[in-house]
Amino acid sequence: MSEKSENLVEIRHLKEYFNVNVGFFRSKPLKAVDDVSFSIKKGETLGLVGESGCGKTTVGRTILNLYKPTSGEIIYDGKPIKTKNDIREFRKKATMVFQDPYSSLNPRMTVSDIIAEPLDIHKMSPSKEARRERILELMGYVGLNSEHASRYAHEFSGGQRQRIGIARALAIDPEFIVCDEPVSALDVSIQAQVINMFDELQEKLGLTYLFIAHDLLVVRHISDRIAVMYLGKMVELADAKEIYDHPQHPYSKSLLSAVPVPDPKTARSNKRIVLSGDIPSPLNAPSGCPFRTRCAHATKKCAESMPELKEISSGHFAACHIL
Amino acid sequence: MSLLEVTDLRTSFFTDAGEVKAVNGISFNLDKGRVLGIVGESGSGKSVTAYSIMQILANAGKIVGGSIKFNGTELVGAGEKVMKDIRGNRISIIFQDPMTSLNPTYTIGKQLMEAILLHTGRSKQQAKERAIEMLKLVNVNEPEKRMNQYPHEFSGGMRQRVMIAMALACEPDILIADEPTTALDVTIQAQILELMKSLQEELGMAIIMITHDLGVVAQMCDEVIVMYAGSICEQGTADAIFYDPRHEYTKGLLHSIPTTSNDGEMLKPISGTPIDLLNMPKGCPFAPRCDNAMKICLRERAERMQIDPDHQAACWINVRDMMQKEGKNGE
Repeated sequence: MSEKSENLVEIRHLKEYFNVNVGFFRSKPLKAVDDVSFSIKKGETLGLVGESGCGKTTVGRTILNLYKPTSGEIIYDGKPIKTKNDIREFRKKATMVFQDPYSSLNPRMTVSDIIAEPLDIHKMSPSKEARRERILELMGYVGLNSEHASRYAHEFSGGQRQRIGIARALAIDPEFIVCDEPVSALDVSIQAQVINMFDELQEKLGLTYLFIAHDLLVVRHISDRIAVMYLGKMVELADAKEIYDHPQHPYSKSLLSAVPVPDPKTARSNKRIVLSGDIPSPLNAPSGCPFRTRCAHATKKCAESMPELKEISSGHFAACHIL
Repeated sequence: MSLLEVTDLRTSFFTDAGEVKAVNGISFNLDKGRVLGIVGESGSGKSVTAYSIMQILANAGKIVGGSIKFNGTELVGAGEKVMKDIRGNRISIIFQDPMTSLNPTYTIGKQLMEAILLHTGRSKQQAKERAIEMLKLVNVNEPEKRMNQYPHEFSGGMRQRVMIAMALACEPDILIADEPTTALDVTIQAQILELMKSLQEELGMAIIMITHDLGVVAQMCDEVIVMYAGSICEQGTADAIFYDPRHEYTKGLLHSIPTTSNDGEMLKPISGTPIDLLNMPKGCPFAPRCDNAMKICLRERAERMQIDPDHQAACWINVRDMMQKEGKNGE
């Protein structure tokens, strides 16, 4: 890759293992994220998809150092994030929007205090007046009325709560936002409002997103590039359109074909690749390629070694022995 | 005569804040062997419709009017004795959350046999055989061993299979599926939907599929009902609803979902938020969010209008269009 300087975020060989108790005095590492590398360009939206337990949320949280990475490097704007000081500075530029708009807002704080909390923590507002003005500006960005400022979170609907969460994320004037399933708890009509808002804010403020979601149609709509994860490993990464039109990895193929298309004629003619079996527990992940237990093309080699993520056509990466 | 005839059904919840009209006068028929989809957003009354048919409403909820006829028998006010005979026997239901709808303290086998023993008069041994047969039918591996396991030993997809096995054990005429795949991952969802479709074809039952996912509807349903704020705004064949929507809310819903064809464009969301069921407006419930609302929409509710033999919508715009057309013809 020649455009290395454009990369805002770079992740190298990121690993995040959690110790899980499997009996008295015995624990076992759960490999939530196992050797994942990717980069996000400035102003880009990278979609991260996968099923529950694949480690997509953990990737998002580990990047922001909400979990301390077991090993691997996180490089932001050319600088590796290592010391506590790095993290503090990093968090003034990178932030997160959470999945659940109900539990991610403190019920005992007013909307204005919720939105201004990052400002207070980073001491970013010089005066009370400036703080107030900034709160109103942020509420304007996300389409909330100024009279909402003194209310509490329970007075709002799910969609409006998510707007509050987004305003809070924007408070520090970030460059990079990790969006962890920001629309999956919302109704379809509200979901579209919030997706459009993410689009508009990106254009207006020049934001870079890591957009984590399991709804593949939403991810396709919002992302420039998409990465697919399975059991802690990245299996495919390509342009959004490319990965939808020509998925290469057997898992991506079946994942994309499993998406119910909201069009009866296509749905009737669609040949779905229905996978047999369940996702294995990440505690007992299969050896070699994690997908081999459900893969129709699995060979002996797949059980022996994990395939490398290699470039199969320009900008299209996949990790599979048969490719 | 249809298998199920629902006429002007009204279900209300009596809360401290007042009466919530969760289902506000809906009518539909369901024929043998058909798959009917009910779509709508949270609070639109789609689940309450299902619970009303089964009469498993929470304490505050009551059917306050209308009729539900199953095979010609009136169910509203029929009493617990009649309902016990129908529930889980002639009409079965699968719930949304497979994690909480199984009893964690009984084995899967015991829970499966319960319905069979209650309704079919089989002996214990026969019930056990039937339960194993059902587990095989829904593709659960090693059913004999699985019978003695507890729900926590099953994954989400497996539990939903057990729920389906349980619902189908007495060969019901109608299966009500209340968001059966919402809690599941896409690849597992595909498995479950495929299974439901093939079982429906094999056993010839009718399905009422309640969901908010238009993709699931497109894949599964013959007919579709679109609900908003307790009323039906549009009803028709799946093709009619998807390719020729005639209610502004249905149009809005279809424009709100990202598809492969609206690439790169902004989505066209419905503005505003769903209405408060405690303070229902006088006119069309969707009028406050509708971009094309006319004066009459705020004053009066539109009646359901027949657009095609199997397509109805309750929207004043259709009335206006029809009048304009007639006016032109008259000239």
